Amino acid sequence: MPMNRREAIKHGVVGAGALLSQHWMARSLLASPAPEATAKAVIQIWMWGGPSHLDTFDPKPDAGYDYCGAFTKPIATNADGMVINELLPLLAKQADKYSLIRGMTHGINAHETASYTVQTGRKSNGHDVYPSAGAVVSLFKGYDAGYKGLVPPYVVLTKPQGRFAEAGFLGPKYAPFATGGDPAQARFVVDGVIAQNVTDDRQRARRDLLRQLGALNRAPGADSTLDAFTRSETQAYDLILGDAGKVFDLSGEADDLRARYGRNTFGASCLVARRLVERGVPYITINYEGWDTHKQNFQVMRQKLPQLDQGLATLLQDLKDHGLLDSTIVWCGGEFGRRPRIDWDAPWNGGRNHHGAVFSTLVAGGGFRGAHVVGASDARGEEVRDRPVSPSDLIASVYQLLGINPEAKLPHPQGLDVRAIPGAAEGMSAGGVLQEIL
Amino acid sequence: MRRPLILCAIVAAASAASAARGAAQVPAPAKAPPRTPASAPGAASAKSPATKRAAPPAQRAAARPGSKAPRAAPTVPVTIDGLVLARLKELGIQPAPIIGDATFLRRASLDAIGTLPTAAEVRAFLADTDSLKRARLVDRLLAREEFADYWAMKWSDLLRVKSEYPINLWPNAVQAYHHWIRASLRANMPFDEFARTLLTASGSNFREPPANFWRAVQSRKPDALASAAALTFMGVRAEKWPPERLAAMSAFFTHVGYKPTQEWKEEIVYFDPDKAPTLAGATAPDGRVVTIAPDQDPRAAFAEWLVTPQNPWFTRAISNRVWSWLLGRGVVDEPDDLRPDNPPSNPALLAYLEREMVTAHYDVKRLFRLIMTSDTYQRASAGGTALDPRATANFAYYLERPIEAEVLIDAIDQVTGTTEEYSSQIPEPFTMVPEDRRTITLADGSITSPFLKTFGRSPRDLGIEGERDNKPTPAERLALLNSSQIQGKLDRSTVLQALLRASPDAPQLVTNLYLAILSRLPTDAEQKAALAYALTPGINARTAALDLAWALMNTPEFLYRH
Repeated sequence: MPMNRREAIKHGVVGAGALLSQHWMARSLLASPAPEATAKAVIQIWMWGGPSHLDTFDPKPDAGYDYCGAFTKPIATNADGMVINELLPLLAKQADKYSLIRGMTHGINAHETASYTVQTGRKSNGHDVYPSAGAVVSLFKGYDAGYKGLVPPYVVLTKPQGRFAEAGFLGPKYAPFATGGDPAQARFVVDGVIAQNVTDDRQRARRDLLRQLGALNRAPGADSTLDAFTRSETQAYDLILGDAGKVFDLSGEADDLRARYGRNTFGASCLVARRLVERGVPYITINYEGWDTHKQNFQVMRQKLPQLDQGLATLLQDLKDHGLLDSTIVWCGGEFGRRPRIDWDAPWNGGRNHHGAVFSTLVAGGGFRGAHVVGASDARGEEVRDRPVSPSDLIASVYQLLGINPEAKLPHPQGLDVRAIPGAAEGMSAGGVLQEIL
Repeated sequence: MRRPLILCAIVAAASAASAARGAAQVPAPAKAPPRTPASAPGAASAKSPATKRAAPPAQRAAARPGSKAPRAAPTVPVTIDGLVLARLKELGIQPAPIIGDATFLRRASLDAIGTLPTAAEVRAFLADTDSLKRARLVDRLLAREEFADYWAMKWSDLLRVKSEYPINLWPNAVQAYHHWIRASLRANMPFDEFARTLLTASGSNFREPPANFWRAVQSRKPDALASAAALTFMGVRAEKWPPERLAAMSAFFTHVGYKPTQEWKEEIVYFDPDKAPTLAGATAPDGRVVTIAPDQDPRAAFAEWLVTPQNPWFTRAISNRVWSWLLGRGVVDEPDDLRPDNPPSNPALLAYLEREMVTAHYDVKRLFRLIMTSDTYQRASAGGTALDPRATANFAYYLERPIEAEVLIDAIDQVTGTTEEYSSQIPEPFTMVPEDRRTITLADGSITSPFLKTFGRSPRDLGIEGERDNKPTPAERLALLNSSQIQGKLDRSTVLQALLRASPDAPQLVTNLYLAILSRLPTDAEQKAALAYALTPGINARTAALDLAWALMNTPEFLYRH
């Protein structure tokens, strides 16, 4: 007897949504991969903690006070029929640029395993530690693919996301470079690139000193045993003392643009992300913390949503103004949504618990069409009603736009046959690639 | 003269270097007189008289650490060096000269105990006039507590000692397992006993630490358990085998049972006779059908087949591993990828190491001593110059290679007198690792830091040697050249401040920094460069000293074993 969806999710069968929507699966199987890449870069806004879908991109004003609390007046956007939370007025004017996926699902309610699944598209009880999407993009679009930039091809602003957003079996070469520091400060102290108390003159003087010391020969040359070391050092110094590091210096950006982004860490990170895309960095994650609203969800949302609104709306417009939106995917969401039914009692005082059965993700640019709502949750936002999308479906769509073959083999230390996107046998797909908005 | 004559005759350069070393010459370990052959069938054949030697028990005992090696009559000159030089002569390759005392002290300390020598140790070793000081140093290092720390770290990589995904041992079990591994290495448990204990262990993950061998795997299916056993103790990648061979070996692991207890996260590993059909026998990877007695745990039958000098994999795998750990490359490379189409670069050498291992009843420290006191181990590295790959494969040089992440951060902390903060997020409340603990003593692969990740510490997911990633990256260079972490350690270093105050003049300060960081004295040119730097406009004495320390810590000489 086949499981129903709720049972399936309880049993951890992530792709079980497919059982309810065979037609989506059939559609994805017919779809052929994009002949050419439309996207060159990805900006992933990682809303760590799991943002409430009801309070952001999937409002349910008719679900009653125990579900929507104070947010009962969602606003219309410039896309037909799309409404979003009333605290996102600037994003409401940008909806032609993005689409909302309202049927994201994986059924996992623990941060780490959910993060792992959303970042990698894989189950966390498998036989391997899979790389995150950023590491895979770094593999296929980074140094091995001719990327020549001095800034590493996979950058995280500003704090590392932790062990579930890393290179897995691909190894540290493909791991993200976490900037540290705070771009909203007068000087963005990017760890390793900018040292606060060391002047450029002292940097040069001590580099010259360093080169005079030590017994090992560091003459460059392909067959020298220290060649990789020497090249790495040259590259590091180009970043420390050369122009490449200036990408992190926001002082040349117009004051009003910086104000529009918001003079806070998130807004400034969005601006840095645009600058990194301009310089060819293929994958940037903005690690945007603070969405784990077990307690006082509504107070937190009132504080955070205007910041999200400002930063993300300005990013979309600014990418457009720079002619970068068509080649840059913006992907904004967290590891899961939040439980529609509100915990009013102490100690939660109006908090929301984790909810992996259904949640929302925003996608824009790079070949994703705007102004669409893909799929739907049910009346209270508790389950997928239509068009389930699993993390692997979303990642497969991103890869397709980047021109990464989903069947591409990943180099595995034991030589195991691992593909960029899990195959049908792994049961990770829920509704297939997002053909309707590609 | 204990040096094999053949050696001097073959390679004048090496001999000259040895002669130059003079008093520092190292004796070979005690050799027993020839006696009845004790065959080591796993070994490849080597037509040398040494095949027919095996030390009697009394001599073996004498060869244990701490005891004085008796002088044996100079007899058969089959040694590591003889075998290596013979091969190099065949290839027409000139071996590198023997290194000086300071380089030897640093190399031996990093290799044996994962620890940088202190300035005081360097001074004492350089001043030591004992003609046997290198061998005595090796003995002292092998007896140090850090030996157990460092090799417990390495074995924890191979045994995948880690609380969390994808191994999921859980912190209590990690502590118990790591403690057992460390204690076994500290006591120099014979390697056959170590292997047998792990392979046959049953019981609670908290109370019978070796039982964790069967839990520290990504999958508990019989073929996954068989692959883990094959990788760890046979040095093979079972996934490269014909599938039927792995399937046959898996039968030995069909009765490994797991069950929870009332205690949170406790798990019992046990022989579960009902888990699969009873076996009368199973086919081992060499094609032999191994009989399994009624009521016998099939793992015990497997261990009986594997853990014996007659087994073609067991002795070879550990001997080759030890060699690769010390020389930077296995006689078979990679050391855990033994297979017919990946032959040893010097079959006679590998056979010799295997015989020595069997003769010494799997005394691993004795093999360490044997290798570390050889000329082959004491050859110079290429020093960054290009190398003929055949020279690399045949040990004409010591292979320079980056020191491991844990060893590096410990060395930086030692030089600057700073510490690391490590904590575990499970179980709650968080577990804080005491600040004075060195990084090489961390039990749990799940406890980590950005530094350790950047510098390629083993993730302990697979248990293969190559999982540790020591290839230099720009991110590593940025971290050492310019990170707030390293600059902060220098800026707030009380040790460097004390050194600055205690040094009577600038040249003495330069010397002290060299001894503490590079474990040697500066050359005249280096002295001049360092003193000239102190005259840079705008740089005061303190800054100049810190920058010199910074520069020395950023030289490949510091960052590599060489």
